[in-house]
Amino acid sequence: MYNPTVARLTYRALLGRRRALLLCALPVLLLIVAGVVRAMVGADDAVTAELLGGFALATMVPLIGVIAGTGAIGPEIDDGSVVYLLSKPLKRPTIIITKLFVAVGVSILFSALPTLLAGFILNGNSQQLAVAYTFAAVVASIAYSAVFLLLGTVSRHAVVIGLVYALIWEALFGSLVAGARTLSVQQWSLSLAEEIAGDGLISSDVGVPVAVVLLVAVTVGGTWWAGQKLRTLTLAAEG
Amino acid sequence: MTTLHIDHTSRWFGNVVAVNDITMNITPGVTGLLGPNGAGKSTLIHMMGGFLAPSTGSVTLDGAPIWRNESAYRQIGLVPEREGMYDFLDGAEFVLANAELHGLPDPGAAAQRALATVEMEYAQDRRISTYSKGMRQRVKMASALVHDPSVLLLDEPFNGMDPRQRMHLMDLLRRMGEEGRTVLFSSHILEEVEQLASHIEVIVAGRHAASGNFRKIRRLMTDRPHRYLVRSSDDRTLAAALIADPSTAGIEVDLSEAALRIQAVDFNRFTELLPRVARDHGIRLLTVSPSDESLESVFSYLVAA
Repeated sequence: MYNPTVARLTYRALLGRRRALLLCALPVLLLIVAGVVRAMVGADDAVTAELLGGFALATMVPLIGVIAGTGAIGPEIDDGSVVYLLSKPLKRPTIIITKLFVAVGVSILFSALPTLLAGFILNGNSQQLAVAYTFAAVVASIAYSAVFLLLGTVSRHAVVIGLVYALIWEALFGSLVAGARTLSVQQWSLSLAEEIAGDGLISSDVGVPVAVVLLVAVTVGGTWWAGQKLRTLTLAAEG
Repeated sequence: MTTLHIDHTSRWFGNVVAVNDITMNITPGVTGLLGPNGAGKSTLIHMMGGFLAPSTGSVTLDGAPIWRNESAYRQIGLVPEREGMYDFLDGAEFVLANAELHGLPDPGAAAQRALATVEMEYAQDRRISTYSKGMRQRVKMASALVHDPSVLLLDEPFNGMDPRQRMHLMDLLRRMGEEGRTVLFSSHILEEVEQLASHIEVIVAGRHAASGNFRKIRRLMTDRPHRYLVRSSDDRTLAAALIADPSTAGIEVDLSEAALRIQAVDFNRFTELLPRVARDHGIRLLTVSPSDESLESVFSYLVAA
């Protein structure tokens, strides 16, 4: 189910110079902000929860997810180089699952890990906030990677659609329309974080059982669909 | 010995029929798939390579369908027309990755062997992004040969190559054919196909127009009625003398062009007749130009035939 060569090609494409810079920008910004906040207001649980929830989990994690998820396959389909993977005696789901592993790994490296560091910088993991948000970030990274990998497989405009989802649906609608929050990876992962952190600091609109079911459904369903899509991928015929 | 069977295969995209009820067998040796741009060659090759499902009919490799059958790639080597090929790798890494993806027992040795076959060892440590078109084509070839396939499919492999690179690739493909591999390449240039292919399949407007060795195809193409536009010092005398010979089927005096439009049915005879008649009658030929020598018109004649 995992092919090291596919993984190597995917890593190298994802961590190529320009994309690596893009991936680094948000975590670096988070750590700088965390350092400045700690220096100015000291260790404060409410501020920590706000920064980790509002910036790390609501903005950084989905954006990194878009870059890693769509970047793990979209460019290859666009420029046609995916043909070198597909013209091999390799199961198509193996290709997708390997790419999912890589996307998840990259997402965790560039979003969950910085979240943990920022949490420790902000309040030294008081109330388990750093761990809770990191756990949420890991879970969300997995789900986002699956969703955006699927998006990268089915659409040429995956990055735009991904950004619209991440910024407009998750961040904007989520704060305005209650219903949108039920269908939000961010809320599902928050409901798990809520279980870990101290009372009242994290709240989610979704119950834990629902969240777990939806997270698993989205991850497994998205991956399966992407595998199917790749089996029948038609490369644009030129003549 | 591996044979590709295309059996009553059609493929359409929405309302557009790209491949129309084609039946052919591609056998060991070098086969050229000839046709003008947009004739459906790429669509056909995509179906043979398992990247497109036939709308009707079947495409099989020794009896096994190719569509949705990954194991077929153990026997197929594919050289795509598109340029995308992991430009951030160097040539050796790229071919090695292909060898590994095939699950070969010794991918390193296989990659080196393939790079040696296409004579790209000297540049194997350079990034693919720095390669010329011909070098890319050769590394693509190496990646297609790395698992020693019995079938090699190449989509417009000579596009954009300089004459030396072209010759080199032709030698290589000829060798592959002589080794008993089934080699199929597409091209829209007759001379290219003629030089290389022992067997030619002609596709025009999605239909299978002709099939045979290059002599047969060449004859089909030269035996068709040819049209010429001729201007001379005495058009009417020339016309009268020409129409007396059976190699000429019709002559029109085009007043607006001040020229003769001649339709010849016997190409070889007519090309000897015209200068001889002119000399015998003391007529000076001012213009002799074939008016339908474009490849498209040659091909469309074949389809009508």
